Amino acid sequence: MHLKEETRERHTLAVIVDNEPGILARIAGMFTARGYNIESLTVTDISEDDLVSRITIVTSASPHVMEQIIAQLDRLIPVHKVIDLTVLGEHVERELALVKVVGRGEHRIEALRLADVYRARVVDATIESFVFEVTGGSEKIDKFVELMREVGLVEVARTGIVAISRGKDAA
Amino acid sequence: MTEKNGADILVEALCDLGVDVVFGYPGGAVLPIYDALFQHPRIRHILVRHEQAATHAAEGYARATGKPGVVLVTSGPGATNAVTGITDALMDSIPMVVITGQVPTSLIGTDAFQEADTVGITRHCTKHNYLVKSPEQLGNIVHEAFHIATSGRPGPVVVDIPKDVQVASARYSKPGPIQHKTYRPALKADKAQVEQAVDMLAAAERPIFYTGGGVINSGPAASQILRELARITGAPVTSTLMGLGAFPASSDQWLGMLGMHGTYEANMAMNKADLIVCLGARFDDRVTGRLDAFSPESKKIHVDIDRSSVNKNVRVDLPVIADVGHVLEDMVRIWKSRQLKKPDFGDWWRRIEGWRQTQCLDFPEADDAIMPQRAIRALWEATKDKAPIISTEVGQHQMWAAQHFGFEAPNKWLTSGGLGTMGYGLPAAIGAQLGNPKALVIDIAGEASIQMNIQELATATQYRLPVKIFILNNEFMGMVRQWQELTYSSRYSESYSDSLPDFVKLAEAYGWKGIRIEKRDALEDGIAVMLAHEGPVMVDCRVAKLANCFPMIPSGAAHTEMLLQANEVSGTMDDEAKALV
Repeated sequence: MHLKEETRERHTLAVIVDNEPGILARIAGMFTARGYNIESLTVTDISEDDLVSRITIVTSASPHVMEQIIAQLDRLIPVHKVIDLTVLGEHVERELALVKVVGRGEHRIEALRLADVYRARVVDATIESFVFEVTGGSEKIDKFVELMREVGLVEVARTGIVAISRGKDAA
Repeated sequence: MTEKNGADILVEALCDLGVDVVFGYPGGAVLPIYDALFQHPRIRHILVRHEQAATHAAEGYARATGKPGVVLVTSGPGATNAVTGITDALMDSIPMVVITGQVPTSLIGTDAFQEADTVGITRHCTKHNYLVKSPEQLGNIVHEAFHIATSGRPGPVVVDIPKDVQVASARYSKPGPIQHKTYRPALKADKAQVEQAVDMLAAAERPIFYTGGGVINSGPAASQILRELARITGAPVTSTLMGLGAFPASSDQWLGMLGMHGTYEANMAMNKADLIVCLGARFDDRVTGRLDAFSPESKKIHVDIDRSSVNKNVRVDLPVIADVGHVLEDMVRIWKSRQLKKPDFGDWWRRIEGWRQTQCLDFPEADDAIMPQRAIRALWEATKDKAPIISTEVGQHQMWAAQHFGFEAPNKWLTSGGLGTMGYGLPAAIGAQLGNPKALVIDIAGEASIQMNIQELATATQYRLPVKIFILNNEFMGMVRQWQELTYSSRYSESYSDSLPDFVKLAEAYGWKGIRIEKRDALEDGIAVMLAHEGPVMVDCRVAKLANCFPMIPSGAAHTEMLLQANEVSGTMDDEAKALV
């Protein structure tokens, strides 16, 4: 017998939660307990009084499971609301990466040239290294990191995706 | 207002919430609470013999009374022992609040003596849980915990209280009605949706009501109004294991339980219906059988208070997210205000009659041995006028009880449905008896399951609870053996109950009356002796050893592929069927 795989769609969800201890474990644990997949998860407090956080989750699932994921998130007691940005329509997704590149001579110059093309900023430099800060969609960052591999990449740190809907209305 | 310590705040809050019984077991991290209880005699503490039993007793109490069950256990092993019952309550939507002691705040995370990460461990087996960090929060958290446990889809809530918080002092006053920031379960349905449900019901030719535990959780009024809706529409009614009793088994419209061990007529009617009205049930795998063959011709209405139950296993045409009692009330009102006539379901009932002719619950009688089904029927005949509360353990005896015992009213049937926890029945019966001191409470058990919480015999003795245990003793973990016969060519791997105790002597050792019934002609008399005894009785009823539970839908099969009798049992299954639970 072989196990079957279902076709999956990628969705970006914004989950507004009470900023209470254990909330991240509650959400991440619910995903593992029910066999859902997390591609990226970011969380930060977004309110003046530190009481509410916004969690951005990128997940992929069949349409049927996606409906379940949203319902399961929604029924957790500290969850205010769940916004499926992918269904809602156009939205902006951004990620920030810090990329450390080591090299001398031609590699170093090429790294700077490529960084310029990708609008990456130098945030740290030594005689033989740079740390670039680059923001953009995940694909752009993937591409930048891939190019840096050719010119001396030694370390990458990425934030994961944050996302917001386009237009004047709050979601 | 004077300050009081956390333990007193807890006990006072419990009093304010109307708690009169707490099931628990003391230990180091709850000593301050036990001292507070000592000085507040208003709350009756029931000392169990194992923390798991405290949780099942609380479940039995909740299920039989409609009030939340309350549990008090210590940190570490006290809390981890409670986890099975907490998970059981989550699966079966039982309102329960579990107070756990915790090591002092300063020791949390240091691997202190009897420390366990209780909120971490119980995060996914509770509806919600709390670690109380200061006595100022305690009162509000306890009130909120009861609100969450009892409202919406009920479930277990854990409140973990470090020992220093129990000792430190703060002010407490009873809070007003709770308006939770984020948790607002829907109660009333959208009117248009209920109108649409009534339209669909009025237009149906082959409808069926498929009811579940939600009808019982909604309160006795929901069961009454279900009967009214069934009466005015004339449609047939089936129920899940958890929903038994919401609709009377004596009604002509009752088809019996559906699902894996449900009746032929209930499952065939589900399969051939053109409208399924699911009321407080959740299309569990034990109910649906093979999903792609589940009721292919029907439109489906799903009434559930929990949105995540909708479209989880089965796609439905009309979800109604609300309390099922309210929806039933609205449906009856709309039906009557439109002056709809009782539809003519004559053809539909004739087909159902045809399926009923199968007599699927018939069983072959043995010459001398007691057939387990016969034992259940005899027990039912002897007790049906006494409105008994029946609890069960898990296995064949549980399914036979569901099939052959007729339930007429809600809150009389206590069983572990979702989690399937062996060892549930005896403590649940104890809890039910505490909530209903005058009722006849019987735990229908198997000889294997009863041993999983056998220590609770002492609890019943201590509190003079006249609980009866009726063991169908076939010397096998019968359901495991049945599956081994179906799936693994009768290789009985570890399913024989070896080295059984002498249950009569065991009962006597705990101060119970013990009875053994061995022959068919002694069955009725044995039951009469059990019922005549005022105190607790354990009956060791020796039944035919190799009887199996039918009808049965094998795993991975459709409703139409029921096995009706033992001779239809095949010896092996393919891997896909083996991989299903």
